[in-house]
Amino acid sequence: MNISTEISDRKLKQRLLKDKIFTNVMIFLAFLSGVPLFLILYQLAVKGYRQFNISFFFEEAPDTMQAMIANANNEIIPGGIANGIIGTLIIVGLASLIAIPIGIICGTYLAENAEGKFAGLVRFIVDMLQGVPSIVLGVIGYIWIVKPVTNGFSALAGSVALSIMMLPSIVRSTEETLKMIPGTLKEAALSLGVPYHKVILKVILPTGISGILTGVILGISRIAGETAPLMLTALGSTVVNTDITKPTSAVPLLVWEFYNDPNLVNMIWSASLFLLLLILVLNLSAKAIAKKWKVQY
Amino acid sequence: MNSEKIFRYLLVGSGVLMVLIAVGIVATLFVGSIPSFKEFGFGFLYSADWDPSEGRENYGALPFIIGTLLTSILALIITFPFAFSISLFLGEYFKDGVLPSFLRSVVDLLAGIPSVVYGLWGFYTLKPLVAELGLNAQGFGIFTSSVILAIMIIPYASSLGAEVISMVPGSLKEAAYSLGATRYEVVRNVIVPNAGSGIFAGYILALGRAIGETMAVTMLIGNSNEIPTGIFDLGNTMASLIANQFGEAEGLKLTALIEIGLILFVITGIVNYLGKLIMKKLSA
Repeated sequence: MNISTEISDRKLKQRLLKDKIFTNVMIFLAFLSGVPLFLILYQLAVKGYRQFNISFFFEEAPDTMQAMIANANNEIIPGGIANGIIGTLIIVGLASLIAIPIGIICGTYLAENAEGKFAGLVRFIVDMLQGVPSIVLGVIGYIWIVKPVTNGFSALAGSVALSIMMLPSIVRSTEETLKMIPGTLKEAALSLGVPYHKVILKVILPTGISGILTGVILGISRIAGETAPLMLTALGSTVVNTDITKPTSAVPLLVWEFYNDPNLVNMIWSASLFLLLLILVLNLSAKAIAKKWKVQY
Repeated sequence: MNSEKIFRYLLVGSGVLMVLIAVGIVATLFVGSIPSFKEFGFGFLYSADWDPSEGRENYGALPFIIGTLLTSILALIITFPFAFSISLFLGEYFKDGVLPSFLRSVVDLLAGIPSVVYGLWGFYTLKPLVAELGLNAQGFGIFTSSVILAIMIIPYASSLGAEVISMVPGSLKEAAYSLGATRYEVVRNVIVPNAGSGIFAGYILALGRAIGETMAVTMLIGNSNEIPTGIFDLGNTMASLIANQFGEAEGLKLTALIEIGLILFVITGIVNYLGKLIMKKLSA
């Protein structure tokens, strides 16, 4: 009797110990996953802040010679990333201009046709588009636009590639948001004799605006840091360019160029820091919008 | 009445446009790879020779297919303990409070870091570390890329898992507790069997992400065109090969690269489809 309680006692202790070890290991591993984030932020901040000055935002990227001289004299590399910032604004802006209306309309279509074979097919295709690797979309942008339309690398080609990339997240967030709006709202408007399209445009879409906006901003933040598709489409440019049919730079492209040029290597940190801050701000504002203007009824 | 009709056409039209985009992508890749397919046939898939030198041009995709699968599967294996811990932490152990919302933000931010920035960090921090540990001479290679990929896919691998774990019915867990089970035993015998397929679906979708990643891998894998002999060897992935060589490519090489793009598209398509299929079975 004594022995058996002793054994079960030991077994219980073992089980409790196992439980404790498991819990602690889990907590440790969960937080260990966050360490790279802080290491990256720290590295960018420490190495990048020195370059953050007025000229960084308003001057074009320096060439290798200028950077070499500055490095030799132990000075801060002159110039900035204005060509990248303006390029990113143009490319991302144009991509949004293409993707946002199409995405919202398609999301509305899917929300309004929850069942139905064709809507199911469209939903499936949007899901599949979400998974297409960005580099493949770069190839598509090259074949569709660079070769036949702009006859050379161009911002337009980059925008087309990125617009396909951001479409799925806009479509899905629009659909999810509109689905949450109670049918009574729509029925009330319809019963007053309001035509269907006005019900959608004036009642349903405004009610869901916060969810749609969140999806749009997340879509933008998803494409703002993309490098690979732009390498095959927009290519990059050393000067500020506002012609969408010409090669154009972008901040992530500049990071890549700086990385490949030993003289300019000191510029990568500030350019990356800028890119990361931009995406952070986009993400945080998406979160804030989602929190503040939750669909209410 | 007229604008009513236009509006309805517009809604359906946007759906048709989605179909056209998808069909267009597939058709474009197919047509673009025809010359390469005519030249190499199915041998393209299992030939290991990538030789762009003029006169004896020969292209095979095998080193890159192997490189892609090796890096992404290794990344998934590395990411598993971390992603699973996060899923459990957020889905079961600590659902509300300051710490979990902090962890949630951290995971969200990890998803927001651009690939090229991960590449930089990998190049300046991880690569020297790998070299220091003596795993390989310069720190480049499959293993280094996989570690970076593993960090990059943590958010994708953990978020679906957290969701399904939090949906495991409380009554099941309570029944196990009432029988004297410890929390670990509940996790092992109730939560994992219940939420397992959802967790698995999350990993499959994360695998799809890893397969298509380009920049971070390009900067770390060493870009060799040979079949890798081990996980510490240099290698190359399909996405990274396209990024490196597309710009200067012409003629046969260009179509070979487009065919690589097609293969990449098909592989990610299959992986994502499997993931969605598991998720669908789950919700049904």
